[in-house]
Amino acid sequence: MSSSAADEVSSRPRAASGFAASVAARSLLGPSAAVAAWLGAALLTAFWPDKPDGDWGYTGDFAALCAVVALVVALAAIAAARFAGMRRVRRAAPWLSALALFIAGWETVTAKLGWLPLPFFPPPQAILEALIDDWARLGQGTIASFRLLATGYLVGAAVGFAAGVAIGWSRLAAYWIHPVLRFIGPLPATAWLPFAFFVFPSSFSASIFLIALATGFPVTVLTWSGVAGVSGAYYDIARTLGASQRFLVLKVAIPAAMPYVFVGLFMGLANSFAVLVVAEMLGVKAGLGWYLQWAQGWAAYANMYAALLIMACLCSGLITLLFRLRDRLLSWQKGLVRW
Amino acid sequence: MVAAGDDHSDRGAALTIREVSHRFDLDRQPLPVLDRISLHIGRGEFVALLGPSGCGKSTLLRLVAGLDMPSAGHLLVEDEGIAGPDPSRVVVFQDPTLYPWRTVWRNVALGLEARGLLRMHRARVADALRLVGLAGFANAYPHQLSGGMAQRAALARALVNDPKLLILDEPLGQLDSLTRLTMQGELVSLWQRAGFTALLVTHDVEEALFLAGRVIVLSERPAHVRAEIVNELPYPRHRGDPHLAELRHQVFAHLGLDAGW
Repeated sequence: MSSSAADEVSSRPRAASGFAASVAARSLLGPSAAVAAWLGAALLTAFWPDKPDGDWGYTGDFAALCAVVALVVALAAIAAARFAGMRRVRRAAPWLSALALFIAGWETVTAKLGWLPLPFFPPPQAILEALIDDWARLGQGTIASFRLLATGYLVGAAVGFAAGVAIGWSRLAAYWIHPVLRFIGPLPATAWLPFAFFVFPSSFSASIFLIALATGFPVTVLTWSGVAGVSGAYYDIARTLGASQRFLVLKVAIPAAMPYVFVGLFMGLANSFAVLVVAEMLGVKAGLGWYLQWAQGWAAYANMYAALLIMACLCSGLITLLFRLRDRLLSWQKGLVRW
Repeated sequence: MVAAGDDHSDRGAALTIREVSHRFDLDRQPLPVLDRISLHIGRGEFVALLGPSGCGKSTLLRLVAGLDMPSAGHLLVEDEGIAGPDPSRVVVFQDPTLYPWRTVWRNVALGLEARGLLRMHRARVADALRLVGLAGFANAYPHQLSGGMAQRAALARALVNDPKLLILDEPLGQLDSLTRLTMQGELVSLWQRAGFTALLVTHDVEEALFLAGRVIVLSERPAHVRAEIVNELPYPRHRGDPHLAELRHQVFAHLGLDAGW
């Protein structure tokens, strides 16, 4: 009580810096836990001997991989604390910890204890082994799948977009295209598989047709409803300002419909993944879908999981790419719509 | 005649509406909205159309804009029939309807771009924005603007085309009363400076009398011209002018609301 006002003032910055330190310490808690979890997974893999009947060649390598992840997380946290971006690291930390725990648990019930039946549930190091030993084939498969998917998707999206704009804009186009769309559109693209494989000269072109079909339908329907739903007031404005029909389509109808077009593009992309895998499993002699089938035929389940992992990365990567594109093109929507 | 000044009279266009009737077909039942309307508006004049809501005022404006064709009668601009929309007759609608995907600058540039004049006349966009006091908002998106600013942008989008006839369809109807009063004053000074002919639709009696040199009172649907009130007060006008109160009284009488006045 006897402390002077000056004392009180001088004590404040100290309290503040103490507070800041405790916040900093708390913000490092999550990343530290993640580092510890990955390190734990590495130690568990390395020092708990595998069940002898497993015979896994890459246990040490997998332990090293876990240790590397721990190191990367630690470095990222330090870099983030030093510079900017601590929030991103902190946000990712719980997931990183959970992932490490999942891998440690998986490792335990497969390689260490052998509770899950083989060969259906290989340990993580077996998948690492498949990725390393068979990378050439997996890489080729990935490239083949990507080429097929990209070609089919782009063709389907372009045709669907053009058809959607035509139906939305022109009565004549609507009269002729709409019934065809109504009749054929709901048919799953895979139903065309037998037809496509004998009509087209190669299984590659047949698959492009199928993927384009699967992509095209939702893109057409959503582009069409987007164009048809453009407010008449937008056209009135442009018309009183001297706009031509061409201007109305290109500068009014299409930009106004873009949010819908993107919904169609997302749906089309999801559809195209499904058709890609089916086409590769049934006809095309390359690609990740074919690899899945092939690995399963040889009971090489670790290779199958490796292909699944790559496929998941490919698909989610493409979806992310499309999201980025939308964010760029439709940035004007940000103030209007919750993303 | 109340005009913006003789030196401007060449910039505005004269509008003649001759015996114009219009009807809509609703469920095969014809709904008459305009009943033999005749009207002449001189070059550079500011005329207000006043009438109860739903009487067909906006329909008349759409005919003048060339967005719709009348069922009967003729509309002439400088003795030439109106066959379709033309950038010399620009409409400012009640709703600003800016394109949300375009910045304010690109919204204002719309008319020039549509006619392929943008490259030649880029500077006019900035001029128009300055005219309506939005110079600092060229790169803003419409959703970042307030209602008054959006309506100002819509006004700039019209003015950039240097219209001979500016058609105003309750352009201030959705603004708060304070912004509304400010914009009324701005509209008058814009009109005085630019010299276009102005045709304003409104159901606000005060607004009509404050802005226009002539107020045409329309009846209920189907609309016909019920009265014409000339307001010769010079600009800039004062809202408290006793003559305005007198005219307001007359207008209300024509609208059948004289009891309270």
